[in-house]
Amino acid sequence: MSFETSMARIEEITSRLEAEELDLDAALALFEEGIAELRAASAFLATAESRLKQLNESAAGVFKVSDLRA
Amino acid sequence: MNGRRRGDGRSPSQSLGELELFTPDPPPRRAESPRTPSRAARQVPPPPPRVPVVEDAVPGATAAAAVSVMALTATARDVLEGAFPPLWVRGEVTDFKAHRNGHWYFCLRDGDAQIRCVAWARDRRIPASPDDGMQIAAFGQLTVYPARGEMQFTVTRMEAEGDGLYRKALELTRARLEADGLLDPRRKRRLPRYPRRIAVITSRDGAALRDIYAVVQRRCPAVQVVLVSAAVQGDSAPESLCYALDQVARWGKADALIIGRGGGGREDLWAFNDERVARALAACPIPTISAVGHEIDMSICDLVADLRAPTPSAAAEAAVPVQSELRERVRLYADAMGVLSAERLARARSHAAGAADDLSAAVVRHVDHGRRDLESAAGRLNALSPLATLERGFAIARDRAGKTIRSVRTLAPGADVDIVLRDGVASAKVDAISATRPVTQDGAGGVS
Repeated sequence: MSFETSMARIEEITSRLEAEELDLDAALALFEEGIAELRAASAFLATAESRLKQLNESAAGVFKVSDLRA
Repeated sequence: MNGRRRGDGRSPSQSLGELELFTPDPPPRRAESPRTPSRAARQVPPPPPRVPVVEDAVPGATAAAAVSVMALTATARDVLEGAFPPLWVRGEVTDFKAHRNGHWYFCLRDGDAQIRCVAWARDRRIPASPDDGMQIAAFGQLTVYPARGEMQFTVTRMEAEGDGLYRKALELTRARLEADGLLDPRRKRRLPRYPRRIAVITSRDGAALRDIYAVVQRRCPAVQVVLVSAAVQGDSAPESLCYALDQVARWGKADALIIGRGGGGREDLWAFNDERVARALAACPIPTISAVGHEIDMSICDLVADLRAPTPSAAAEAAVPVQSELRERVRLYADAMGVLSAERLARARSHAAGAADDLSAAVVRHVDHGRRDLESAAGRLNALSPLATLERGFAIARDRAGKTIRSVRTLAPGADVDIVLRDGVASAKVDAISATRPVTQDGAGGVS
């Protein structure tokens, strides 16, 4: 689950909760999902150091991403 | 560039007939170097050993020692090439002709003087063909074309006034891309708002990679920068850039692409004006940012990319959001969701309270309804009550135990009975009994 997908889902959930008259069960299920997505997004944002990588391709056309010293 | 021509393998005689005016193909290089007039002189075939006179030893000194035309032109070429290092020559282009084999033939003119020129397809590094009448400076080697015995200038580089050739090359490429719709603004894709991984096509050792990485590290360290290294200048650069673009497409794990390099001279940046690179960039499956050179440099890649950034740093700024802002955004959403959930629960609670009120009202209504039913039932019951019969003037006979007497068979003369009327009870004694109909099983009957 990418940050982008998480954020998109969070936005969707929030706007549905704001705009729609959902029954309580549906609303609670959405809240629960929203909280999970918020956790995932926060975990992504907890990364404090970017890493520089390099794409390498083997003769067989297999890609590997390895560390590259900045 | 001489080295490449050396392995050519073609002999002049193979192609002599192709073009009237000029050498149709680069002449095969002789293996010796450096060429000097003295060396050329040694190539002249020795005169026949006829009369051992001193003058005969000097080629061409006597009729007997006449040199061949081939030797003369070859010697003239060596002399010219030895005397003139490669140099720049200024003049006006006339009689330009691009042969179908890719070579260019033209004249450079200046007043009454002219020099025939050739630019071999494989050896020239010229962005676009010059037009007749263009004032140019051409760089090349003065030589002799032996097949015609003419002096010829072999051109490898060319500059026109006001960057004319570069402008022309750009315009031609641009027009072709435009014709194919690749410059249509509607093709421009939106950059991902929250990329996880940015591919960067540039040189491994260039400043561009360091700049991009520094910006990403500062703004959004959660984003990974993945170098797809390529040559960004030199003859191999266009092919290398195309290959890297193909790798990015096949790899498929990046969310956006930055392609570019730091500043440099026009020729250093030229690969980013290559039509093949531009087309490969246009075909890239993920959104692209072009960042070539400095702010003032504009390349064909800039036109094709989804976003043109003035510098590699600016490309990185555009590609990644600021992580602290994202954190704030997530926090706002978390708050909003908290508020919404609290509201929703409060609403549910008040809804439940309302439902309870509704319920008790319903109960009251129900009870009222029941009461009305009861009353109506009581009315109907009353109508059926024997008491009502008394009201209408009938009487009921009971024995002394209070039991209703339903048949004369339960009576005997002299028995005491009570006669219940509407407004009271009269006690009486039975005198005689007579049956009015056969006594039935149910004993229906009564006192009248």
